Amino acid sequence: MAILVQRNGVRRGRTLLELLDDRRVLSFLFMLPAGGLLLIFLTYPLGLGIWLGFTDTKIGRPGIFTGLENYVSLFQDSVFLLSVFNTILYTSVATVLKFGLGLWLALLLNNSMPFKAFIRAIVLLPYIVPTVLSAIAFWWIYDAQFSIISYVLVELGWIDTYIDFLGQPNAARASLIAANVWRGIPFVAICLLAGLQTISPSLYEAAAIDGANAWNRFRHVTVPMLMPILSVVLTFSVLFTFTDFQLIYAITRGGPVNATHLMATLAFQRAIPGGQLGEGAAIATAMIPFLIFATLFSYYGLQRRKWQQGGRDD
Amino acid sequence: MINITRRDTLKIGAGAAAGATLFGTGALGAEAKWESKPEKGASLRVLRPAKFVQGDETLWLENTKKFEAQTGVKVRVDSEGWEDLRPKSAVAANVGKGPDIVYGWYDDAHQYPEKLVDVTDVATYLGNKYGGWFDVCKKYGMRRNRWISVPLGAPGSKINYRISWVKEAGFDSVPRDLPGFLKLCQALKAKGHPAGFALGNAVGDANGWCHWLVWSHGGKMVDDKDNVVINSPQTVAALEYVKELYATFIPGTLSWLDPSNNKAFLDGQVGLTGNGISIYYAAKTSQDPAIRRIADDMDHAQYPIGPVGRPTEVNLVVPAMIFKYSKFPNAAKDYIRFMMEEEQYAPWATASIGYFSHPLAAYDKLPIWTADPKHTPYRDTMRTMQWTSYSGSLGYASAGVLADFVMVNMVASVCSGSKSPKDAAAEAQKRAERYYKV
Repeated sequence: MAILVQRNGVRRGRTLLELLDDRRVLSFLFMLPAGGLLLIFLTYPLGLGIWLGFTDTKIGRPGIFTGLENYVSLFQDSVFLLSVFNTILYTSVATVLKFGLGLWLALLLNNSMPFKAFIRAIVLLPYIVPTVLSAIAFWWIYDAQFSIISYVLVELGWIDTYIDFLGQPNAARASLIAANVWRGIPFVAICLLAGLQTISPSLYEAAAIDGANAWNRFRHVTVPMLMPILSVVLTFSVLFTFTDFQLIYAITRGGPVNATHLMATLAFQRAIPGGQLGEGAAIATAMIPFLIFATLFSYYGLQRRKWQQGGRDD
Repeated sequence: MINITRRDTLKIGAGAAAGATLFGTGALGAEAKWESKPEKGASLRVLRPAKFVQGDETLWLENTKKFEAQTGVKVRVDSEGWEDLRPKSAVAANVGKGPDIVYGWYDDAHQYPEKLVDVTDVATYLGNKYGGWFDVCKKYGMRRNRWISVPLGAPGSKINYRISWVKEAGFDSVPRDLPGFLKLCQALKAKGHPAGFALGNAVGDANGWCHWLVWSHGGKMVDDKDNVVINSPQTVAALEYVKELYATFIPGTLSWLDPSNNKAFLDGQVGLTGNGISIYYAAKTSQDPAIRRIADDMDHAQYPIGPVGRPTEVNLVVPAMIFKYSKFPNAAKDYIRFMMEEEQYAPWATASIGYFSHPLAAYDKLPIWTADPKHTPYRDTMRTMQWTSYSGSLGYASAGVLADFVMVNMVASVCSGSKSPKDAAAEAQKRAERYYKV
């Protein structure tokens, strides 16, 4: 009996083995877990969000399909348009600053100096601190009554009254961008530093022999060699900044008078406290085209081969 | 869900026959009877706002233990941060799973009425026994003549002021009329003790005083038939008034969120603000003698009454809701009832130092309101307050308008000088109409 069973088992195993020998089956099986995860945790929520944007779903009540009604109504809504403007402004200014300062920091860190490892670790701190904690810290730093910056400046006698960091639209926008830049620089700097260290020193030596000065070495060796990683980091950075929520929500809640509402915070405000799930989802969905555009731009715009090799695009 | 049970009919009859106060002789106890028993082997999950003062949670849990001991029902009480409570209960309503009872916010019950257990029997019983519900409770608790939630109470907001500074400004107390109030604030500012009211997107504080301001002048977001009427001469008058009032504020209030005025008041930077009893409590229990002196030097007052001739305040309201997916609705009803009974409610209200103002008339006599005369102004919070979407209905549109800070933004844009009163009112009208059009 036992032998018989065993033999049966072996025979079945062999057919399974034969099946697994098939490349197509095997590759399908190997991709299944990853595909399943993507489907459940990425495609489904995204699809659901997009679907909700086409309905008038409210919290606690399923909606009906209303086509583009949410979008038509949003594009006539001054608060939504303001949030789009704010988001683009916030993302572009913060990204430029983060990259400028991040690159500079990376170049500095790339030099040999004492306590190199320690300093590199320290630089990461702003990025490691949970966003909400740093947001609360900035909330105090920008407080109308208790701001440390204002306090110091008043004590020094440079100003008479406390600075209204968050009470005026443009000051509030600038303050939030500064907080975002402070948080984002380490990510950019460390990634670019990694990129810098992959550049072979012999390239610089060759350039130096050819008589290139520091600027030329930076312009014609560093920048092109850094471009692939730059484009990846840029993509991530733009995505993170564009969808920022915590900083805004903790520091201003979108105030004063919606001057700092980003699309993400407005989507939340309308969908959850406001109960208008459909409209909130539509605002979130409206972010997708911007994100796709940003991704495509950094991929195709910055990753062109010729440019990377120091040539010109045709 | 309109099915009046035999017991309801009996109780409604009993209620009509009786003018109830438990605090009198207690003779009425026999008339308002609660007979419903929890299901056998029931267990409950309760979600409530995180404690604001320690006494609130301590007594709540003690009362819950008492309930467990008396009924044998197991109860688990979870607390949720104030901001997260609303999304959590909304999600519970949506997915049909979660706590049996939620002590939520404002008009939550009107966002998903069909997901809630009818609690008319509990509310009728409590109303009969404790002198009746205040009008605003019926607005929040009832939908089409049935109760869908039982109001627990309201964290009230009143004028907080420094006694000595108001005297210094030449006033004995906070004037009850708008022109007098403005004069007081101007005098305070002149003495270096400005007023301060939140104008950022502060859910509690900013909504509170901005609604009072507009309502006191006769302006309102919607009329009885839910037509948007915010763009009115009365609203413009309110906005003209606030321009002058804003000039007496400490700089920076446009960015103030809920905690900002507490900090500024306790630091002695503002002489007058609008807040719950929390500032007083924090000052009174502080380790720092300098801050304890602020408690001695501060008092509370009602918000002034405008041309409409009656109080026009709005406050947070905490409704108790039972979700239909609960397996033990009777146990849940019994829990809600139990916590509202005098034996539990009175010690709880005392321990929370009057942070929650009561919804039932008989509780006017709770000792907490007279234990310290500075508590007394908070006593009438629910007797006089209006609901957030006054004078329209509560529902999706009103919740949307409130969450979008339409009223607050209107006032703030006038204060910041970015819009004239007329433009601000017109803009608010447009924004509110987006919600009310459907």
